[in-house]
Amino acid sequence: MATGIRGNERGAGWLFIAPAAIVLGLFMALPILMALWVSLTSWNGQGSPFTSDVPFAGLDNYTKLFAEDGLARQDFMTSVRNNGYYVLFVVPIQTVLALGLALVVNNRMLKNKGFFRTAFYFPSVTSSVAISVVFLFMFANTGAINAVLGVFGIDGPQWFADPRGVLHLLLGWTGLVDVNAPPAALADHGVLGLTWWDWISGPSVAMCAIITLVVWTTSGTFMLMFLAALQNLPVQLDEAGLIDGANRWQRFRHITLPQLRPTLFLVLTLGLIATWQVFDQIYVMSQGNPAKTTLTPAFLSYRTAFRDFDYGSGAAISFVLFVLIVVLTLFQRWVMRERR
Amino acid sequence: MTTRALASRFAGYAILIFFSLVFLYPFVIQISNSFKTEADASANPLSPVPHPFTTDAFDRIFGSTAFPTWLGNSVLVTIIVTLGRVLFGSMAGYALARLRFPGRPVLFALVLGMMAVPPVVLLIPKFLVLNQLGMYNSYPALIVPLLADATGIFIMKQFFESVPVSVEEAARIDGAGVFRMFWSVVLPTAKPALITLTILSFQGSWNEFPHTLVSVQDPGLFTLPRGLADLVSGSLGAGTQYPLKLGAALLATIPVAIIFVTFQRYFVRDANEGAERG
Repeated sequence: MATGIRGNERGAGWLFIAPAAIVLGLFMALPILMALWVSLTSWNGQGSPFTSDVPFAGLDNYTKLFAEDGLARQDFMTSVRNNGYYVLFVVPIQTVLALGLALVVNNRMLKNKGFFRTAFYFPSVTSSVAISVVFLFMFANTGAINAVLGVFGIDGPQWFADPRGVLHLLLGWTGLVDVNAPPAALADHGVLGLTWWDWISGPSVAMCAIITLVVWTTSGTFMLMFLAALQNLPVQLDEAGLIDGANRWQRFRHITLPQLRPTLFLVLTLGLIATWQVFDQIYVMSQGNPAKTTLTPAFLSYRTAFRDFDYGSGAAISFVLFVLIVVLTLFQRWVMRERR
Repeated sequence: MTTRALASRFAGYAILIFFSLVFLYPFVIQISNSFKTEADASANPLSPVPHPFTTDAFDRIFGSTAFPTWLGNSVLVTIIVTLGRVLFGSMAGYALARLRFPGRPVLFALVLGMMAVPPVVLLIPKFLVLNQLGMYNSYPALIVPLLADATGIFIMKQFFESVPVSVEEAARIDGAGVFRMFWSVVLPTAKPALITLTILSFQGSWNEFPHTLVSVQDPGLFTLPRGLADLVSGSLGAGTQYPLKLGAALLATIPVAIIFVTFQRYFVRDANEGAERG
């Protein structure tokens, strides 16, 4: 009888997994292989990319991104710079904000925690497109953000029309560098198709609006992760610290924070993985403008394929991004492997 | 209570209230400005009170945009995709957790691998396959590729591994076939996981945007996020028309908001499981 059940299970196993396997195989595994092929061609979107009429380009689409001087490399490196600054700002800010909020919500003396938890988390579940529309209005020239800045006597910028980098602005403001005539050492030399001066621009004013939106939408999710971790910590350790006369900061720094390390690592790496994929917000809010300062690799890959009809280059950019994100994910899983 | 404790409690509430405003006031602005005139919205963007109050934006959303079409498409896509993900996800999760068949470890490794694939790099690949199969620009293109997701399979597998096998053993001795047992014995016990997966799938498919970009181009096939993005990119003609855009975005947010408030604890649980899962 037992063998009968096992034999039955064998067929049933495949039958149960078949629908999901067909969908995922056909629309995830197969397309990745097809795109890998297309990234080696210069297919322009006409007809099928799998005929002998399509010119084979070898690794050209990849070398154009890294090794050949030209518009392709300049755009790609600009998008890497933009996304790099975006990551550099979003990840630390959202992590600190999420941890801070979790600590306050976790305070044992406060009531109505449920309400605050809900309020902070709600933005995370809404549609990225709908929320981008709201933030476009908030950051409009006559929008809410500039109205608030006006209360403090600050004349707000034209957010989505302002390509100036904030580090450039900062350098200009300190008087160290004349922004309109940057030092020749930086402006005349460079690496990978951008001058040093371009590399150190910082995120543009327009990108700062998108950074604000993303920090605002994702902090709630990470707050919940910190909160779950905090609620699992033994109270006794904290109380022992209290008895020993440690103040609030000392207890946080030497008792709570070390215990939160796994969660902190998780939040940082999840943030790193997600921020390299920013797309929806860019599509809705800026389309890479102004002056390509909100161009990101994900959006550049889309634009190259579907607007410039250069599917080979677009697919190549996707694969570079793919490798970057997979490496980050493997690193995360490797570090956290014992906890699984 | 000491003054110190009182002060600390006061500071705690002050921080929480400040950040609640930061997180919720944008929605207040969205709601109030969708009932304003365009002039009022640009003159008093911060004010929570429309002056004068008008439903003009909503009349135009339903009267002169394709909003009803987008809404219909979104409802259709969301219902089918949610049903598909819950059914296929629980079947696959059950097979990976319980049934012994050759290739199972490899399939599970593939599921884990697919969870790591970033959705944005699939834009061009998905277009290629839809184009090649002649599905591009159709309802099947909008729906079929979303019918299964690796994360859903993973959640269900973890769940089935956490429940004891005794009930199934009893059913097995009764001689029930695998599928009948799955349907009438296993699924009813999996209710909490099924609700979580339903909510996740609903939210995911209702909000899905990038997939619609590469699967359809006919405006008659747009879902709400795609239609909204189209509105913003200037298909409206003159003026910024913020009240209209905010109103349309508001209507697109309401279903998820209702689900969120009703099933909040399942959302919270999912985020926590994310933390533990790592």
